[in-house]
Amino acid sequence: MMAYIIRRILYAIPILIGVNIITFMLFFVVNSPEDMARMNLGMKRITPEAIQQWKEERGYDKPTLYNEAKEGIERVTDTIFFQKSLKLFQFDFGSSDSGRDIGYDISQRMWPSLAIALPVLIVGLALNITFALLIAFFRATYIDFWGVVTCVIMMSISSLFYIIGGQYLVGKLLHLVPISGYDTGLASLKFLILPVIIGIIGGIGAGTRWYRTLFLEEINRDYVRTARAKGLSEQWVLFGHVFKNALIPILTGVVAVLPLLFMGSLITESFFGIPGLGSYTIDAINNQDFAIVRSMVFLGSVLYIIGLIMTDISYTIVDPRVRLQ
Amino acid sequence: MPELVILSTDALIFLLVILASGFTRYASKREHLRAPWREVARSKVGMGALLVLSCFVTIGLLDSIHFRPEANGNTKESAEVLSLFDKLVTPLRMYQEKTYSAPLAAYQYTKENAELANGTTRRDYPRLEYGGSHLQNVEQEWGSDIVSKSLLGMSKGLLFWLLSTLLFLFWRSQRHRATIGNTLNELWAFQTEIPWRTLLITAGVICLLGFWAAELSTYYHLLGTDKVGEDVFYQALKSIRTGLLIGTLTTLVMLPAAILLGIMAGYFRGWVDDLIQYAYTTLNSIPGVLLIAAAILMMQIYMSNHEEQFASLTQRADLRLLFLCMILGVTSWTGLCRMLRGETFKMREMEYVQAAQAFGVGNFTIIGRHILPNVLHIVLITLVLDFSGLVLAEAVLSYVNIGVDPTMNSWGNMINSARLEMAREPIVWWSLAAALIFMFTLVLSANLFSDVVRDAFDPRLRSSR
Repeated sequence: MMAYIIRRILYAIPILIGVNIITFMLFFVVNSPEDMARMNLGMKRITPEAIQQWKEERGYDKPTLYNEAKEGIERVTDTIFFQKSLKLFQFDFGSSDSGRDIGYDISQRMWPSLAIALPVLIVGLALNITFALLIAFFRATYIDFWGVVTCVIMMSISSLFYIIGGQYLVGKLLHLVPISGYDTGLASLKFLILPVIIGIIGGIGAGTRWYRTLFLEEINRDYVRTARAKGLSEQWVLFGHVFKNALIPILTGVVAVLPLLFMGSLITESFFGIPGLGSYTIDAINNQDFAIVRSMVFLGSVLYIIGLIMTDISYTIVDPRVRLQ
Repeated sequence: MPELVILSTDALIFLLVILASGFTRYASKREHLRAPWREVARSKVGMGALLVLSCFVTIGLLDSIHFRPEANGNTKESAEVLSLFDKLVTPLRMYQEKTYSAPLAAYQYTKENAELANGTTRRDYPRLEYGGSHLQNVEQEWGSDIVSKSLLGMSKGLLFWLLSTLLFLFWRSQRHRATIGNTLNELWAFQTEIPWRTLLITAGVICLLGFWAAELSTYYHLLGTDKVGEDVFYQALKSIRTGLLIGTLTTLVMLPAAILLGIMAGYFRGWVDDLIQYAYTTLNSIPGVLLIAAAILMMQIYMSNHEEQFASLTQRADLRLLFLCMILGVTSWTGLCRMLRGETFKMREMEYVQAAQAFGVGNFTIIGRHILPNVLHIVLITLVLDFSGLVLAEAVLSYVNIGVDPTMNSWGNMINSARLEMAREPIVWWSLAAALIFMFTLVLSANLFSDVVRDAFDPRLRSSR
């Protein structure tokens, strides 16, 4: 088991190097630091000195890959690629283009993101599975039909509608909770409730339908027929056999997204003014802060790959049929 | 003579139309491809959704034929590029107010200083320049005028529908040598292969709504006007093209890479497989939104530093849309690639492939002749299934400012600009509602249609319906 986990982690390294090279190309090769400086300083009448200063302040004035002016190892290390891209591997994100420490910001901002994403995931999962089981239990009846129709309709509504509609209804008409903002500790609860509920409702359509398909796929298996032939009741078949076996893809799917929860949701957080990583990214995009966007791309990939590794490991734990190879 | 302008997305969308008609010809000759389509044609939901979709597509296609109108001395006007659809709805495009006005209103939404006849000024809601300008006495006539215009429009629609239905019944009864009454009974009882009853009813609803909207919007702003006084209904209609483009071009752009790499990975295995798998795992591990954000950010820099390369704003917006499609394609090709790889893996062990190999047929001939035709249904299902998600994604991306160009009509941009008006009192809701309703109609019909297509083409899933 240990050897398997180590091997999986080693597989991740070339992928991370690939991600690193892609981000480097995107941010430094497609456009030169000059272009970025010009964009950031505003277009009109910039002196070359101002550009040079902008680059020096942020460490973009080094050569891209190879520094001829330096001696020994510094020829490779004192370059943009090494300083800005390779250092991401140590989770050394450096400072943002506006001068703040990105690593510190991330460590502060990931908790509000998690505070929304985790309840949405857990409660949403419970609700979706309940609905899907209900629909599967009443399959091929009108309940099934209208349940699926409702799911499709809910899936077809833009997530923006849920957010705007929810904010308007609960926040503005009923005045139950504040529309946006954030606080620390328990006081944050009243700010969190609305985004969490909206997040859950927005996910019900797609989630329920997906889990229903999983359950129905399982219901047509041979062992279910055997269970019925033994004379087990439909409830026992559904909850004892189908549910347990369908749980394998559900659980592993959940494990895959767990690390990404830290990244938060761009839309929800910016609508509700939650100071999480999602709104951090949006602000960075709008302010054209390349250092932050670059760090977030890398961080997102790392979390995704951790999710992949965790999925593989959880498969071997919950499904004894999967062998470690 | 107006000069025809072909934007890059126009060219691609017509390429797609040509490809689709080519595929239709190809499929119509082959029984195994015709059978699933026949099943789609039998489905009531599928055909109803298809009819709604084809209305959207028609508007989108009309909106994709661009030309530069003749310059009549006015150089400013000759610079803008119009589409055939713009020409058709000229009143909607030209009737521009000063600022916000509510749906069907005759008065502006905000107060303005108006100079009275006796020289004093008064703050009041001014009359709109075009909306309801034919009314003499607004307070008394407004309600009854709207009702009568609605009734007129709807009866026109009903008449049109009745006439075309009768024509259709007549044609069908001639073809089947039956009386019109019998044909009607047959249709009504769903005894025909294609569910004509559903189609006719859907067409009736579309006719009623279409004629009603057309009648009202020649006198009023059916869905109000936005901040700069542009008709919201016009914007929503123009956004159809953007939505359709994002939904289809993205898949079209990624198809060559996904098909080629997916099949090659599955067919050649070994180091080719490893390399391709590595490539898509790496791309896949970058969260989609962030990759799009980074790429769009970089493109913005490029565009603002190389402004001289773009002839006009329309062209610039168009290239940005194309670029967005490409980058969306980069983030979404991996799923299809993986599926094709798995399918090819299974297929290369089939007897007919092995027989071809034994006869010494070249690898790429085998891929082209024996493998590609047998995985086409996967490509088709992906194309249809991805569509609705992409339309929804456009709105979200435009909201984050990493979507289409802000000058382009799109539902995302409409929502984005309307968002700032939510705090107003009374609330400016019409832009938002229009965008959401149009988007919902398109996405719902696409979802329903794609379900039917998937069930027809993928017999493995049919049992779980």
